[in-house]
Amino acid sequence: MGNYLLRRILGAIPLVVGVATLIFFVLNLAPGDPAAMYSNPNLPVAVIEQLRRNLGLDQPIYIRYFKWLGSFFTGHFGYSFAQGRPVLDILLEALPATLILAFWALIVVFVLGVAIGIYQAVRQYSVADGVLSVSSLFFYSMPSFWLGLMLMLLFSLKWHEWGLPFALPATGMTGVDYDYLSFGHKLLDRAAHLVLPVTTLSLVLAAGIARYTRGQMLEVIRQDYIRTARAKGLPERTVILKHALRNSMIPVITLFGLYLPLLFSGAVFVEVIFSWPGMGRVIVDAILQRDYPVVMATSFLFALMTVFGNLIADVLYAVADPRIRYD
Amino acid sequence: MGSPLLEVTELRTYFRTDGGLARAVDGVSFHVHQGEVLGIVGESGSGKSVTSLSIMRLIPRPPGEIVAGSSIRLKGEELVDAPEKRMREIRGNDVAMIFQEPMTSLNPVFPVGEQIAETVRLHRRVGKEAARARAIELLGLVGLPDPEERVDTYPHELSGGQRQRVMIAMALSCEPDLLIADEPTTALDVTIQAQILELLAELRRRLGMAIVLITHDLGVVAEVCDRVVVMYAGQVREQGPVEAIFRDPRDPYTQGLLASIPRLGRRMELLTVIPGTVPNPVRWPGGCRFHTRCPHAWELCRREAPPLFRAGTGDVVAQASGAGTSAPTHDVRCWLETHPERRASP
Ligand SMILES: Nc1ncnc2c1ncn2[C@@H]1O[C@H](COP(=O)(O)OP(=O)(O)OP(=O)(O)O)[C@@H](O)[C@H]1O
Ligand SMILES: [Mg+2]
Repeated sequence: MGNYLLRRILGAIPLVVGVATLIFFVLNLAPGDPAAMYSNPNLPVAVIEQLRRNLGLDQPIYIRYFKWLGSFFTGHFGYSFAQGRPVLDILLEALPATLILAFWALIVVFVLGVAIGIYQAVRQYSVADGVLSVSSLFFYSMPSFWLGLMLMLLFSLKWHEWGLPFALPATGMTGVDYDYLSFGHKLLDRAAHLVLPVTTLSLVLAAGIARYTRGQMLEVIRQDYIRTARAKGLPERTVILKHALRNSMIPVITLFGLYLPLLFSGAVFVEVIFSWPGMGRVIVDAILQRDYPVVMATSFLFALMTVFGNLIADVLYAVADPRIRYD
Repeated sequence: MGSPLLEVTELRTYFRTDGGLARAVDGVSFHVHQGEVLGIVGESGSGKSVTSLSIMRLIPRPPGEIVAGSSIRLKGEELVDAPEKRMREIRGNDVAMIFQEPMTSLNPVFPVGEQIAETVRLHRRVGKEAARARAIELLGLVGLPDPEERVDTYPHELSGGQRQRVMIAMALSCEPDLLIADEPTTALDVTIQAQILELLAELRRRLGMAIVLITHDLGVVAEVCDRVVVMYAGQVREQGPVEAIFRDPRDPYTQGLLASIPRLGRRMELLTVIPGTVPNPVRWPGGCRFHTRCPHAWELCRREAPPLFRAGTGDVVAQASGAGTSAPTHDVRCWLETHPERRASP
């Protein structure tokens, strides 16, 4: 197993370098001069040239490319054009907020999605199954930014307007009075701020998982070995939650890895809607400001997430299914 | 012989299908004595599997249902309306079952030993270690080499014959009184078939359990069964001791089945097969259900369904009788029993 992991990680290195190269050239060959962004067009040419030199834009593209690759080893991904400080510092500031959001969303997606899927499969064709099928299709086909706005409108603004208790906060990670709260209330405040963004981020994906789990479960339930399990005298609970679940989770579990990058890119939208101080803000700002080093680093982070997610998917698959061999 | 271990009386199991009500099993009665091997034979679709799943109460519901008025008694206890909780105690413990497809009947994600031990732990209050030891013992009993090592292997690491041995070990784990084997060798190649049948016969001698052996191979019946029930279109056509059925098959359907056994030394092309196929269970033919394929069929067969007759006497068998009698009977569902003169003219 350790051997297999090591081989997979080593195998991923060329892929990661390739992706880094692609990101660099696509962005740097795109039209638009970052230097122009940071200068008044009325400035003398010499000043603009000086600025280009300061940003390192005067050098030939291959030198910049190798410098960029080199910056992976120095570890700070270069300097931000807009803020003048190491890109790594900017990322490290924003990453925790995004990770918190993505982590809770991941948990909700899989726990909720799998639970609903199992329930639907066990009660196939019941009213509950029908209602859940229609609602998951509804959420599945809904754009998440629209869902976010609707949730915000309903549970935050209108809720408040109607004078109902516990209106949910719609912006930020913490309330304005956060610093003055007791420890317990701080936790509560943070949890309350998580509800709407996490719901927005996870409902769409959970709907997909529910549909997939239901399908897998229905497929597994009619297998011969499920009949064998019943013929042993096992209670239906054990038949479903042990014998059927373990088998139907094999394909679902791989989605766990594949959903990582999805959650991250989904988080970008959600963060912007809910003013969540994470990577989403950083990316949007960087793009608007043509802050190439930051854009490149964040794009690279996404690529890394995808590669990592795929690796996790393969490992989980191998762990879940004894028929898969590591060699 | 005393009262039978299993007594099935007027069993009817119907399925609601898109085409209508499928009367897959439609008034089947038979019994099994302690330690006896009963063969159930019949073509594909005659209702053998549905009968055995009904005994286990494993008919999927919906669409299936055991119709009121049916009776399945195990050691005198009625199973048709037994609570599900009681059925779970019986399954795997008093009655165990093995299936046709050893390749798909074991759960692919658990080691075989664990699947056996699970049954042991469920019905016997023993710990993990004891259950595992029992699993190893059982794997040895069914003739799997190196049981200490095989106990931790996954089903995909075993051959078809070995998997069927594991299924048998699992079925035997709680020493059931009755083992239902639904075509246990059909999916295996011929030499392995013989080994598995030999194993079943030996285990029955050693453990004294009764076996219901479902097959469409009368050759298998001749080898291992004491009595045989011939099924067609959800009904019993003929039943009796194996030697009586083979010496004097009275029903044209049984005769047809016997004629289609390939025998060593005989040219294969001489094999007779009953013409036509089993009709649709939604629309069984009126009168005798076999009349559409029977070489002897006449007016009466098309008009009226024959009852079960005691062979050679013309007496109608009262349903549910015969179970307690000491000598096994030979019964036939065919009008030829009361019209023997028609036998000569096919
Ligand atoms: N779940 C079900 N839904 C609808 N019809 C069913 C169902 N299960 C069985 N049947 C019907 O019951 C009839 C008898 O099937 P059964 O499986 O008992 O035949 P069999 O004698 O075991 O045949 P084989 O030798 O092929 O195993 C068939 O016509 C089948 O279509
Ligand atoms: Mg069958």
